[in-house]
Amino acid sequence: MSTVSTPAPIAEARRRRRLVVTGMSTLTALVLLFGYHTSTGSTASAGTVAVGAAVAGTSPGSTGSTSSSGSTGSSGSTGSSGAAGSATGTTAAETTATGDAADTRWGPVRVRITYSGSTITAVDVVEYPTGNPRDQEINAQAIPELVSETLSAQSADVDMVSGATVTSTGYLQSLQSALDQAGL
Amino acid sequence: MITAPAAALRTVRRVEHVMGFPVSLAVRGRHADDGPGRRAWQDVLDSLARADAVFSTYRAESWVSRLDRGEVDLVDCPPEVAEVLALGDAAADASGGAFSVYRPRGDGGLGLDPSGVVKGWALERAAGALRALPETDFCLSGGGDLLCRTLDPAAAPWRIGIEDPHHPDRLLARVPVATGAVATSGTAHRGAHLVDARTGRAPAAVAQVTVVAPTLTWADVDATAAYALGPEAATWLSIRPGTTGLVVWADGSTTPVPHETRSRR
Repeated sequence: MSTVSTPAPIAEARRRRRLVVTGMSTLTALVLLFGYHTSTGSTASAGTVAVGAAVAGTSPGSTGSTSSSGSTGSSGSTGSSGAAGSATGTTAAETTATGDAADTRWGPVRVRITYSGSTITAVDVVEYPTGNPRDQEINAQAIPELVSETLSAQSADVDMVSGATVTSTGYLQSLQSALDQAGL
Repeated sequence: MITAPAAALRTVRRVEHVMGFPVSLAVRGRHADDGPGRRAWQDVLDSLARADAVFSTYRAESWVSRLDRGEVDLVDCPPEVAEVLALGDAAADASGGAFSVYRPRGDGGLGLDPSGVVKGWALERAAGALRALPETDFCLSGGGDLLCRTLDPAAAPWRIGIEDPHHPDRLLARVPVATGAVATSGTAHRGAHLVDARTGRAPAAVAQVTVVAPTLTWADVDATAAYALGPEAATWLSIRPGTTGLVVWADGSTTPVPHETRSRR
């Protein structure tokens, strides 16, 4: 198999969500971020993440610019995302603040934000709950893992293919067709 | 894996063509290849055919086509029409208007085209027949959008390949999905059939958006909306709760969502 690495559950990674979105307040962003992690039917209060910065600004118009430069074959490596300066302390103008751990039904969650002036440039979840098998929502959802080189149908070690609107006319040439025939 | 019974490891595959796209099923477990399992597969196909009869914009006699021509009102239609249009509204809201089920027509009016949201919804509904099978795991795909279920805690997750939009015979990424859905929007097979409703043009910066989410209904909505947003696709997707994904840009570069950073202390 020529895959780069085994897809890692989110719990094993320190996930970073870039929240450089024009028009979204910091508060909304944090609630959204945190709300996701507590959304599996829990009534745990989502507003208890204490982050040591009451920054309420929104970011200027650089929407999405850091997102567009990912390089093939290097997922999971921070260096490839073009997000220079987001790492703690590499840019003098940036400051980080790490909140107190907030208790959720699955365990403590701790968030660190990085901001430049009044603009939040990154939100890292630095502490995740671990070890609870019921914690499907947080731990089970994997991030697509780039393969080291694109695979042909013969070497594709997959059960099903997701692609852009496969039609019946295009089906015969498709990877999915190869998979179906291999299994029939 | 060692503890899983042999029957659970055997995957049966089926494929038929409905609604103009191939429907593929991979199924394993107790009812993978028996009478109830085959009946469930037929129920899936029947459900999709019913959705096609109601929603197809290619069929002049479908409810949606008649609604579009003003021959019937929404209240006359089967209730699922209102349900799907509400999904379209939600996608329009979420994407700031980049996605819309209403398209400008040649005569200056607005035409109704819910295709961007109906497929995921229809597959999600059709999968109900498979969900009713006890001790049976499945992965159901319709035209490149799919949903999976895994009940067996010892079973490996379904391995989902993500097609390379620039080389559709090749894979760009993989994602393991035990229970959940994967939807991909792009132009690889149909040409520029998706447009930014704000400009009426095809988004230029982005080639393909793949979304992994708990349900196919919302994976499809989010993939369609993110694609319509063009350059903002990855940023927008990163704030959608409960989703991960992969954005492929027109130049072939990629952005997994969210970016992950490992071993940072």
